[in-house]
Amino acid sequence: MPKKKLAAAIAAAAGKSAFPDDTPCSVISCAQVRRLAEAFDIGDRLVEIQSLRTGVVPERYMRNMRAYSRDDQARLLEARVGIVGLGGLGGSVVEILARLGIGHLTLIDGDIFEDSNLNRQLLSTVDLLGSAKAPAAAARVRAINPSLSVVLQAVFLNAENGPELLASSDVVVDCLDSIDSRRTLQAVCRDLEVPLVSAAVAGASGQLATIFPEDPGFDLIYGAPAAGQPQKGAEASLGTLPFAVMLMASLECAEVARILLKKESRLQNRLLVVDLNDYTLDLFRLA
Amino acid sequence: MAQIQLKLFASLQKYAARIPPRCEITAGARLRDVIARLQIPAENIRLVFVDGRRSSLDTTLQGGERVGLFPPVGGG
Repeated sequence: MPKKKLAAAIAAAAGKSAFPDDTPCSVISCAQVRRLAEAFDIGDRLVEIQSLRTGVVPERYMRNMRAYSRDDQARLLEARVGIVGLGGLGGSVVEILARLGIGHLTLIDGDIFEDSNLNRQLLSTVDLLGSAKAPAAAARVRAINPSLSVVLQAVFLNAENGPELLASSDVVVDCLDSIDSRRTLQAVCRDLEVPLVSAAVAGASGQLATIFPEDPGFDLIYGAPAAGQPQKGAEASLGTLPFAVMLMASLECAEVARILLKKESRLQNRLLVVDLNDYTLDLFRLA
Repeated sequence: MAQIQLKLFASLQKYAARIPPRCEITAGARLRDVIARLQIPAENIRLVFVDGRRSSLDTTLQGGERVGLFPPVGGG
């Protein structure tokens, strides 16, 4: 790629703007990014990365700035995140990570939308009942942020297909809804040596943990696998409330960003528990 | 009598009405026996934390501990 020519074109297309505290900055609009991507025959994502590297902020990320540096945002645009499960947790995780600007998203779910999803699943609408979740998630990402590269996998992850589906992920997000499938996902991530950010919800309560390849992970949370263990937990009797689901999805995304940018976690071998019945948040040590 | 703070999470909260604000125990009591006295079914408990650390129902309490009990939680 003629990087110098692209940098010059970005500089020419850039405009003057300012952050809410009046600090001036150079910015480039979505429309200009698109125009340069076409002119240089490259993806919008690469124009955005090059902009950030040369001091120009794509306007769509203006409110990510200051909390994140331009270099942080460029690194997020280069990152690869796998999202497994595109229901309650997954729908909100897709929404947040697309707006955050995670460059490569692999969206995995073989399920279709049904009426009982409508209380909490951001991607579910009346029009989409009976339709597959993965294409809906991919369409949502394209609608929010067409700069991102999306791999759509309308299949259920299992021990056989998992390694190929999640290969090259920097982080995987567990948005599943059964205990056995979570254990399968952990085994896949362990073999791939990828950190797994996991949340689960029952009623108005949720829990969050990050499992690194060397960690016992779900064995510490659910106990060792045993024959006849129920697939579902307390959610079978309590349901899954939308505000709890979306809160836990937000927490998963905060952790994904921390791992990608800071290369560390405060949740390794810990369980963050949120209880919206009494507005408590506890961080427990698992090991 | 010694006392503990007992918090029940998710589906275990339905047993909270049985627990007085200050849960009295005999120093040296096993958590499993305390739970049985409060008629909280041990089979519904998957995860135990004592003073913020993962523990088990066989842990011995001296009083002053904060105890959290969890069922399995897997929804999404």
